[in-house]
Amino acid sequence: MIQLDRISKRYPPDMTALTDVSADIGAGELVTIVGHSGAGKSTLLKLIPAIERPTSGTVLVNGQNVGALSARALPFLRRNIGLVFQDQKLLFDRSALANVLLPLEIVGFPHKEAQRRAEAALDKVGLLKRARALPIALSGGEQQRLAIARAVVHRPGLLIADEPTAYLDAETAQDVAAIFMEFHRVGVTVMVATYDDSLFPGARRLRLDHGRLLA
Amino acid sequence: MNWLRNQWQACRLALSRLATAPVNTLLSVLGIGIALALPAGGHLLLDHVAALGRGAAAAPQLTVFMSVEAERKAALDIEARLLGRPDVAQTELLEREATLKRMKASDGLADVIGALPKNPFPDAIVVTLADESPAALESLAAEARKWPRVEQVQIDADWAHRLAAFVRLARTGVLLLATLLGLGLITITFNTIRLQVLTRQTEVEVSRLLGATDAFIRRPFLWYGALLGLLGGIVGWLIVAGATLWLRLPVAELAQLYGLELLLTLPSAKSTGVLLGAAAGLGWLGAALSMRQQLSANTR
Repeated sequence: MIQLDRISKRYPPDMTALTDVSADIGAGELVTIVGHSGAGKSTLLKLIPAIERPTSGTVLVNGQNVGALSARALPFLRRNIGLVFQDQKLLFDRSALANVLLPLEIVGFPHKEAQRRAEAALDKVGLLKRARALPIALSGGEQQRLAIARAVVHRPGLLIADEPTAYLDAETAQDVAAIFMEFHRVGVTVMVATYDDSLFPGARRLRLDHGRLLA
Repeated sequence: MNWLRNQWQACRLALSRLATAPVNTLLSVLGIGIALALPAGGHLLLDHVAALGRGAAAAPQLTVFMSVEAERKAALDIEARLLGRPDVAQTELLEREATLKRMKASDGLADVIGALPKNPFPDAIVVTLADESPAALESLAAEARKWPRVEQVQIDADWAHRLAAFVRLARTGVLLLATLLGLGLITITFNTIRLQVLTRQTEVEVSRLLGATDAFIRRPFLWYGALLGLLGGIVGWLIVAGATLWLRLPVAELAQLYGLELLLTLPSAKSTGVLLGAAAGLGWLGAALSMRQQLSANTR
């Protein structure tokens, strides 16, 4: 599903985030990316939906070279990927339900169907009763679960999460990780950058060190 | 159907954004409304003034003044000569004695006229032309000036022509004003949308990350600009309508003193449509230019 072929990423003037990273990730795999802070985990994840472009090498997603995609084609790539960010990137002036509705509005779902799917996604992460609440009224764990609901509501084949349990207590982190495991069990390809891969038992581990992939 | 649904969603979102910042919205709308009221009001006033000139010039006339020494026969000869022309519809001979009598009856002139040793007025012939073109009028006047015992030929529609020329000039002025204030409106919406995008940077960024196209991101902002312009247009119309109703009576009384009939009316349905359409269109344009700049600055 994803092929990373000798990718490097440098930021001017002389900061190297990734060096010569190659990996193949098959459909339906659960992959954790581990490494110390600054190892290049976030950069690696950002290359897949083309939030960043590699300085050299190629990133193929479903056979498409995402580094060469035009600005017009980019949205259609991202619609097949669910993204969960470390800082969640929730819209704080919209209710939990409206946040989850956004990807469906982008795709152009009829309102009733979108409403039904969004409620189902909120139910899946245990937030249906908080559907009308603003994100600010939710706890850290609930906000992270809301971000997951938004990432999966349009049923993407690939779910990417950058440190989704970073600021959560152990119990909440366990709950959030369980949700990812559940999506993996139903066939979704899941890639998670994490400091604690014990939360994801059975996952294939990619370890980064100073931008290099360790064997 | 999909397109309509998208537009409706964007429109609703724009309306809710306008409603969530009522003070900002009100100030912007007032600014746009006042800017639009100036050219719209000027246009309306010029329409009325132009109609006044057209009414006066509808029956073009010229007056042939004989010399004071000319005998009545000379005036009758000239009248006959005029009536023999195909381009003359009718004539009226104003005899000098009758003119003197009428002037003596006028308020304020009786004493002056009475003090004169002899009748200062000549015989005059008022000519109504069959051909209403200014060229025909000028041509007959030029010819008549060469006729014997004719002292002066006056084209009575001259003031109407001068008025028409003034209206033409004023219309250019109004057009210039409208262009400048239209640019002002574009600037207002450009800046308002720029600020909107800045305060909604996260929303734009998140939408992009979730796969939104530029068209999807742009849509509510375009609606916002168009609605802001439209609301400004409505305020502009209300200002013009209010001023029209307020000035209607004093203007009519002033016009009456000059023997004119001028009753200000509210902007027509067509003018109202043009005003509101232009306001919404310019608001949309300002938003489109702003979004183009904002989205190209943030391409991630």
